[in-house]
Amino acid sequence: MSDRKLTMSEALREAMAIALDERPEVFILGEDIGIYGGAFGVTGDLYHRYGSERVRDTPISELGIVGTAVGAALSGMRPIVEIQFSDFTAQAMDQIVNQAAKIHFMVGGGLHVPLVLRAASGSGTGAAGQHSQSLEGWFANVPGLKVVMPSSPYEAKGLLLAAIDDPNPVIFMEHKLLYKVAGTEDVPEGAYRIPLGVSRVVREGKDLTVVATGIMVSRTLAAAHELDKEGITLTLIDPRTISPLDMDPVYESLEKTGRLMVVQEAPEHGGFINEVIAKVVTSTSLGHLIAPVARLAGMNVPIPYAPQLEKAAVPQVDDIIKKAREVVASWR
Amino acid sequence: MTIPPLLMGHPLANKENASYALLTMSRIRKFEEAVEDLFGRGMMHGTMHLSIGQEASPTGVCMALNLTDQITSTHRGHGHCIAKGADLMRMVAELLGKENGYCGGRGGSMHIADVETGNLGANGIVGGGIPIAVGAALSSHLMKRGTVAVSFFGDGAMNEGAFHEAANLAAVWKLPVIFVCENNGYGMSSSTELAFKLEKLSDRGLGYGIPGVTIDGNDVAAVYEATEAAVQRAKAGDGPTLLEFVTYRWKGHSRSDKNLYRTKEEIDEWKIKDPILHFEQVVRERGLLNEDEIGEQHRLATEQVIAAVNEAMKGNPADPAGLLDSVFKKVSA
Ligand SMILES: Cc1ncc(C[n+]2csc(CCOP(=O)(O)OP(=O)(O)O)c2C)c(N)n1
Ligand SMILES: [Mg+2]
Repeated sequence: MSDRKLTMSEALREAMAIALDERPEVFILGEDIGIYGGAFGVTGDLYHRYGSERVRDTPISELGIVGTAVGAALSGMRPIVEIQFSDFTAQAMDQIVNQAAKIHFMVGGGLHVPLVLRAASGSGTGAAGQHSQSLEGWFANVPGLKVVMPSSPYEAKGLLLAAIDDPNPVIFMEHKLLYKVAGTEDVPEGAYRIPLGVSRVVREGKDLTVVATGIMVSRTLAAAHELDKEGITLTLIDPRTISPLDMDPVYESLEKTGRLMVVQEAPEHGGFINEVIAKVVTSTSLGHLIAPVARLAGMNVPIPYAPQLEKAAVPQVDDIIKKAREVVASWR
Repeated sequence: MTIPPLLMGHPLANKENASYALLTMSRIRKFEEAVEDLFGRGMMHGTMHLSIGQEASPTGVCMALNLTDQITSTHRGHGHCIAKGADLMRMVAELLGKENGYCGGRGGSMHIADVETGNLGANGIVGGGIPIAVGAALSSHLMKRGTVAVSFFGDGAMNEGAFHEAANLAAVWKLPVIFVCENNGYGMSSSTELAFKLEKLSDRGLGYGIPGVTIDGNDVAAVYEATEAAVQRAKAGDGPTLLEFVTYRWKGHSRSDKNLYRTKEEIDEWKIKDPILHFEQVVRERGLLNEDEIGEQHRLATEQVIAAVNEAMKGNPADPAGLLDSVFKKVSA
């Protein structure tokens, strides 16, 4: 594939178009996804290409949207729901948590819910406390939901196609700062799938293993380039799906590096990233650690509005560099 | 920066009221224009939801309210905030992320609240403020305060569950709350034709046993009269009213709107129905204000907004050091 550098929006749109072409049971529903093309432009021209039946604009009714999608999914369809800002999943929580997540289990396997819920997540746009949260941890704490956090356009396309194939409800958290950024890898034109539940080793190093999610993957990569110059090299692991979580590459890497650092945007307290630490320290992997685990996460505050406050509230590239230096320097 | 005293009464009652109504609408318009300018110059971050074209609704509603009456507002909330009496300087300071802004730079445009003027806050969640206003009304009822609560929301919000649950609660408990739907024809890109199977959104009141009225939302006097009647009803213990004010938003939904869902002709048509021009015509015809007096209100409004912007620029940027201390109200010993 020669030179296909897409943005994440474009890659996601390609994935949805492929799914719409492949399967008549796929359709998309959400607020302003039609003529407007989506609040972040992700659905773009799909409305014009596939029509208003399969790319359905909805009233502002998140609970109704998700509930309708659950019902359609139970009845042979494969809905893709777009929730404008992941914060508004709160409106639809009953249908996501009490219905979609549990139906298959509760009825004893007779029903299942092949549904994908895409939502724009994360901070950095000055939209403040109700439009900037990273809520993936909520969903990872609900058995029955799969939770995906794509970190690049290439990843996003392959993961979304796999999510649409999956017979279970999948929460697909898209960081809004990644939408407009062109990826560094080419995105193949046709269909490809990245299986859910397989972590990716983004790069390998010898001093430190970093597990980072979502936008923190590219931030850690930027930090790694700086650290390389100082002779500190790190292994970066992107879990891709935080539920189910594939820890094997982390355990393997720790045998080499002996140092673990975890990075997420969501607030530290009760956050998903603590699960990675728990898995390491409750396994034989603990024996490979030569340093205390380092943790970098959002402050335990709602995302503030002012740019200087918003930046301070979540890990930035410099914070990652600083923390990595500390860990490696203190524990030789 | 002095806050102009809140003035209650019919916008056409006398010269003073007419001046106040025009000044308030003009202040809202000029404020929104200043926001657009700050945004355009890259001095403001985030997004903005301008209420240009919709100034009559907040102005007429708030002229029927006391300082102690409460409101809940929306993402498109600058007008509500101003009409309830907020300090323009602290509003701009908030948009600029300053320490002396209404929220200390923590909330921005979508979260301005002003305790002193009974404004319980704008809201980033469509429909989020509706049950909260019902709760404020419940508090007034329980404590026999005799105040009313007004919830401003858009047409789009009427399709959120929050509206329906709040309306029913308010009805069965006969609470002193007024539901003010500012129907500007669109919830972002969805027209009311696509999002409703109703001609008049106020008909929804029927389903909850609440009187519903649809009014020209660009006529500040009509807005006042409808609100005043609803206030009387609420205070008499007869319960809530649903008011639908039909209006139009001139600008895009937010900064990223390409207006693909409506025509330029439609926008131009509504610009002819400008609530400010309409009011000027009425006061002129009635001999309430002459040309000079009309011009004077706009001059004052411009002056106040410019002064607010200049003063706000001098504020200190909000300091990240205070963030962790802002999450919880201190528990008093
Ligand atoms: C629960 C929720 N869903 C969606 C949004 C995104 N959103 C913000 S404003 C808006 C349109 C609201 O329309 P309306 O209530 O008519 O108010 P208007 O913008 O026209 O003033 C939408 C969809 C949101 N902020 N909150
Ligand atoms: Mg509207």
